[in-house]
Amino acid sequence: MDWLHILMPVAGVPIFWPGLVILGLGVGMIGGFFGMGGGWMVTPGLNILGFPMAFAIGTDIVQMSGPSLISTLRHAKFGNVDYKLGAIMVAGTVSGFECGAQLIMWLERIGRVDTYVRSGYLILLTLIACLVFTDLAKKRRKDREAIAMGRKLDALATGIEWHKTLHKIRIPPVVHFRKAGIRCSVWLPVLVGFFTGLLAGMLGIGGGLVRMPALIYLVGCPTHVAVGTDLFEVAISGLYGAASYTYKGRTEMLAAVIMLLGASVGAQIGSVATKYVKGYGIRLFFGIAVVGCALSIVLKLIAAAYPGVRGLLNGAATLLILGFVGALSLYIFLQFLRGVRRELAMKKHMVEAGV
Amino acid sequence: MRNWWVRLRPAACMFLWLPAKALAEGGHPLVLVADSRRFPAWIAWWSNLYNESHLYLALLTVVVIPALALVMGKVTDLILSRIGINLKSRVLAEH
Repeated sequence: MDWLHILMPVAGVPIFWPGLVILGLGVGMIGGFFGMGGGWMVTPGLNILGFPMAFAIGTDIVQMSGPSLISTLRHAKFGNVDYKLGAIMVAGTVSGFECGAQLIMWLERIGRVDTYVRSGYLILLTLIACLVFTDLAKKRRKDREAIAMGRKLDALATGIEWHKTLHKIRIPPVVHFRKAGIRCSVWLPVLVGFFTGLLAGMLGIGGGLVRMPALIYLVGCPTHVAVGTDLFEVAISGLYGAASYTYKGRTEMLAAVIMLLGASVGAQIGSVATKYVKGYGIRLFFGIAVVGCALSIVLKLIAAAYPGVRGLLNGAATLLILGFVGALSLYIFLQFLRGVRRELAMKKHMVEAGV
Repeated sequence: MRNWWVRLRPAACMFLWLPAKALAEGGHPLVLVADSRRFPAWIAWWSNLYNESHLYLALLTVVVIPALALVMGKVTDLILSRIGINLKSRVLAEH
């Protein structure tokens, strides 16, 4: 089965290339759909496939910078990007990112990067899964209460509304963001940008995993504006991150290009699929994918601790992460196909009716 | 809000302290050398560039990756438009 493995020139490790293709397509589709670069699954995925952690982080950032640019252009066409909010956040994001990248280089020097980054991912994914499931439960409770009281719930309502409290902190300058429809202190998006940038630099995520929930729950953006603005942010910080990690010599271009080819196509499909999928319930699938990714990291951590079962657990971790990424991508692709068929049928019907 | 800040303060301090410590520690990152002998054409060229200058490599990366993504994106765009999908309007769908 040697033909299924390709030797990486810089990292010097043989890699299962179909895994790179699945990760690339998956990250594009899921990233374009949920508004996240998808680094939360690519960095652990690359590490599980065999890349050293610093290379997994760097390569993830390089491949992510391309598709996020494409997804940003797509969302910009739909009018989903708040450029003013994005431009203000960039200052915090870039400075946070460099702090995170320096931290990773230090951890690599002291030989602790694998354990710390995996543990960091585990904490992060657990928190995100908890947030998603809590939000879903709260939204359902609100729905039930609204139905019981006989009134209709606001279509844009979310379960958690921390932003209402944060908007009361009016440290000057206070700015109005027209597209997002919010008014808050400029320091709120800058701080959100810094902490998400720091996590991005440390974990190799575009920051969307944290930034998008932060934009919705802390800044108070509607979901579709949060998706577009977050992608804008990921594209800018992704380019900076790609330059920073390549300058540090921790990127593998060959792997990035293989993933990029799939991700660029996937990103388009994912972005267009948001036209067709309605309903809050899609967040449930997202939550399940996050849990799947966390489980594969647990397996990898156990494998590092018990060398006797390392081969078995590494194989199981690879299967688990590729399985979850593949299943979620397939779901989005099927929704995309169904939507396209419906739109084309509607157009044909309108032409036949002479409208 | 004050209670929240009191609870989050240690975590926030740790977040700021860790990168500061990493910068203060100094030292040089581990130096890696790519073996270009076993690879064909552009991969060997890229590996040699990696060994010679990380700066040129970084500059080339930030040009090549978005350009490649843009070309792939435009091609997909063209195909989707040809199929007949409206890429310019979208009914709001919160999810």
